[in-house]
Amino acid sequence: MENVSNISKLIYTWIILFIVWLAFTSTLATEEVVTGMFVSMIVALLSFRFFTGTGLSVFTPRKVLYLIQYFFVFIAALIKANFHVAKIVLSPKLPINPGIVEFETNLKSDFAKMVLANSITLTPGTFTVDIVENRYYIHWLEVSATDEESVYKEIAESFEKILLKIYE
Amino acid sequence: METVLLYLGYFFVSLGAVFLFLGAFGIFRMPDFYTRLQAGTKSSTLGAMSLILGVGLMQPEWFFKTLIIIIFIAISNPISSHALARGAYKTHQKPLTDTIDAYEEVVKEDETKNEEE
Repeated sequence: MENVSNISKLIYTWIILFIVWLAFTSTLATEEVVTGMFVSMIVALLSFRFFTGTGLSVFTPRKVLYLIQYFFVFIAALIKANFHVAKIVLSPKLPINPGIVEFETNLKSDFAKMVLANSITLTPGTFTVDIVENRYYIHWLEVSATDEESVYKEIAESFEKILLKIYE
Repeated sequence: METVLLYLGYFFVSLGAVFLFLGAFGIFRMPDFYTRLQAGTKSSTLGAMSLILGVGLMQPEWFFKTLIIIIFIAISNPISSHALARGAYKTHQKPLTDTIDAYEEVVKEDETKNEEE
């Protein structure tokens, strides 16, 4: 993961920044597009070292398909999480059983770990408290298992399977 | 087409308002800091996202700008909740729990290490 060339990183940053520029100006007028290319190039030159760890290597067709799949899995989990919280909040008895559980991840790159942590935070009844090396500490609203195996299966498996294919 | 978009926009704005309300209600009802954070983070994320998407649908020329704001919220909101939870734990805000608290040992180890230094 570490030996990604600078040029690949630079181009990746440039493309992302240029897309953001296009979205913000919401126009395809020539002068706007040309200015955007120059400005995003300058910003990319200043920031590409910190912007990405993967560079262009995430843009293979297979990985893009997995990214799209991840997006849908994530949105589904997000909506489910909200109805879950709504159900708990509205039920008179407040059926919660909170606790902090831990599990170990197989992901290596920092960025993938961050994506997994954010996804866990936005899915039903769980959020990430801390990551130490490759151990996640998760606050869970309805603890149904305390051993690492079943915690991992319950919380992280569906996301991690896809992330492993994209980032490793 | 424009009326359809307008009513879709109304729908998403109302949905967002409902989720934001439920989030606030959750913060009010939950018993301790961490469970409150649960309610706060989730509902405010989807609530704000769908509210902003609704605005984008009502004003189609803003649509892509609102998409960028939505992505920004999806990235930044969980990070702020990690920071809050971690900070709260490190300042000895104990979570209410009957089952398990795996994080306790880590914090204790850290503290003894710091004292030795």
